[in-house]
Amino acid sequence: MTFVDGSVRVAYERIAKWLADAPKDMLASRQRHAELMFRRIGITFNVYGDKDASERLIPFDIIPRIIQRSEWARLEAGLVQRVNAINKFLADIYHGQEIVKAGILPADIVESNPYFNKHMVGQKVPHDVYVHIAGIDVVRIDEDDFYVLEDNVRTPSGVSYMLENREVMMRLAPDLFASHRVAPVENYPDALLAALRSVTPTDKHEPAIALLTPGPFNSAYYEHSFLADKLGVELVEGRDLIVEDDTVFMRTTEGPRRVDVLYRRIDDDFIDPEAFNPISMLGVPGLMRAYKAGNITIANAVGTGIADDKAIYTYMPEIIEFYLGEKPLLKNVPTWRCREPDSLKYVLDNLGDLVVKEVNGSGGYGMLVGPHASAAQIAEFAIKLREDPGNFIAQPTLSLSTCPTFFETGIGPRHVDLRPFVLSGADGVRIVPGGLTRVALKEGSLVVNSSQGGGTKDTWIVDDNNSNGTRLQSQSQTQS
Amino acid sequence: MLARTADNLYWLSRYMERADFLARIVQATQRLTSLPIDYTQPGQGTEWESALEASGAAEGFLETGAPVDEEHVVDYLTFSVENPASIRNCIEYARSNARSVRTALTSEMWEAINSAWFELKRFEQINLGRGQFDREELTRFLDFVKKTSLDFDGCAYRTMLRNDAYWFTRLGVYLERADNTARLLDVKYHVLLPESEAVGGSLDYFQWTAILRAVSAHTAYHWVYRQSIKPWLVADLLILKMEMPRSLIACYDNIVYFLDAIGRAYGVQGASQRHARAVMERLQAASTSEIFQSGLHEFITTFVEDNSRLSETISTQYLVI
Repeated sequence: MTFVDGSVRVAYERIAKWLADAPKDMLASRQRHAELMFRRIGITFNVYGDKDASERLIPFDIIPRIIQRSEWARLEAGLVQRVNAINKFLADIYHGQEIVKAGILPADIVESNPYFNKHMVGQKVPHDVYVHIAGIDVVRIDEDDFYVLEDNVRTPSGVSYMLENREVMMRLAPDLFASHRVAPVENYPDALLAALRSVTPTDKHEPAIALLTPGPFNSAYYEHSFLADKLGVELVEGRDLIVEDDTVFMRTTEGPRRVDVLYRRIDDDFIDPEAFNPISMLGVPGLMRAYKAGNITIANAVGTGIADDKAIYTYMPEIIEFYLGEKPLLKNVPTWRCREPDSLKYVLDNLGDLVVKEVNGSGGYGMLVGPHASAAQIAEFAIKLREDPGNFIAQPTLSLSTCPTFFETGIGPRHVDLRPFVLSGADGVRIVPGGLTRVALKEGSLVVNSSQGGGTKDTWIVDDNNSNGTRLQSQSQTQS
Repeated sequence: MLARTADNLYWLSRYMERADFLARIVQATQRLTSLPIDYTQPGQGTEWESALEASGAAEGFLETGAPVDEEHVVDYLTFSVENPASIRNCIEYARSNARSVRTALTSEMWEAINSAWFELKRFEQINLGRGQFDREELTRFLDFVKKTSLDFDGCAYRTMLRNDAYWFTRLGVYLERADNTARLLDVKYHVLLPESEAVGGSLDYFQWTAILRAVSAHTAYHWVYRQSIKPWLVADLLILKMEMPRSLIACYDNIVYFLDAIGRAYGVQGASQRHARAVMERLQAASTSEIFQSGLHEFITTFVEDNSRLSETISTQYLVI
């Protein structure tokens, strides 16, 4: 929120005033009110492996995170470019593999990748759109620009929180909305529906869309039901679908009804016990047959995980240049590929200063945060690293930007990231302004994942206050 | 709509209606058992047995081996985790059904059930924590249950789109209601005597009013009949009077209506529609004297069986594909 010298970013000027003026118990009561609203709506989340928390709330912080429209415009252009490149990459990797032939991507990175799905080789995908919904995690690590931390192109989640956070904020702080011009996000479901409709495999009838969920015991179930509701599509579980004549049908009160587009929130491995993991009870036997026959579109396509991959992440600048002939608008966070001997040496020598992640991990698990780790943890990690260097990448500990966050004890800065949601259809890319801001609630922590206790904020894209970027002085925030 | 969704909506409604009925039975029984001894029939202790019969929980309760007294029966019917049809479990199942089919519910309906579930948890904690049987707390709880049912019902009526989701929801309400009213009548049939018998002393009076109160019909009776309470008219009111929203005939009027709506929307009539219409026609043709001639108990037993059969037919036709 603040520049290095303590002056407040222009966008936060009025929020800073609001925070300074508000009596502390008013903020506290609004925060409690927010929690009540979330509980009543039922926006809960199951944390795996936690017997106690059958239903937990993801903590929501009432102080919004603000980004100026001009900054957003730059970010948006970069996101569109990146997702277009990812889609072209996937089309290529499952067909001609030109990028490997051109010597830009090592062949073994592709072949050894557990998400490279052999069923998809040579498979035609409607309109060559593989990633219909992408969640690109970005952070600010210096004064002005956003950097991409991670691409999420399998089953990215969090958009329901983006939407519900906005609804709750509008109810809790209507005065703030009146004084800012916040770009709306409520059209996300419409944009998503348009994207899904555009990729129907057939033009013979009105496309029937369904959202495939693992069911109410899945940690993200709330979001599945929320999206199905807003989209106006059926929320189905594997057992509601059958495949006959290589076509997918839903079991309805009027008999079987064909499904044309399946927005699936089940991982590749569980989606079809006939083709993949045979013990999966969540999937639809024969789904891949229907897919191969061209009778159903699956969003996101099967096999997109290879682009999600942290190893491929390091090649994204080359990928963008190769397929689009453009310089990347959004930079990657500086990253060392441990598969390269020079990089591995550097990383092992500097483990205490680096964040080291597994190439195929997620949810913030399996990583080392050097500066916060004990000598023993570092030594243990070094062993893992030497055993399988190809499975790791390393990044410097980033000084992520912070945003004021409300606690019972007062207001303090906490690190945040941003996940905008990028929608791709046959007719182009759509992005709703903003995205989900995740905040690390523990002081100094860099881990924002909800499964590890992170929270969320409403994200505001507001009109620029001053076009010449004048800084405004303000009192610095202190914890009371 | 998805067969599983329709199934969940149908059962969700049945559970909410059942919870309401259980609350009423407990309150009605408390009223009866708090009468002075000389107002009651011999074997007054069987009031709690009647409550168990009316709620279909008699067999399950017997298996627990607990004594048939107020404290144990009330616990079995309200907070028991073992009794699959306790109020607590009805609300629990209703909420988990609702959670599975959130897209078919309006936000008001979901919030009604979800809030009710949170309230239930709060009451459960109080119940677990208390030392003695606390009638005041129980009253608060039962009033909450009745309010919750009204809340849910009202939300459904006021906010749902009139389509198959709505019709399956209403079918659940009315099939359950018909079943509950019938069982209530059956349990008390021995005090619901036909017209030719001399109306006994005031002792049975309180039994009849208890029945009426259980279905909120105590005042309604006087507006329909404008005379003092007669047992054969109580039976008449609850079986054959269309004006009485809980009567068997009013329930079936609705059941036929909603099944027809589904049939029209889907363009095909089936076994459910035919069966419902047959039951309705029998009710329309019936008269109180005929019912008592063949025996109230026999009439009700046949009705309950028909009602169950209809529920199964609906399941086969629409819900469990």
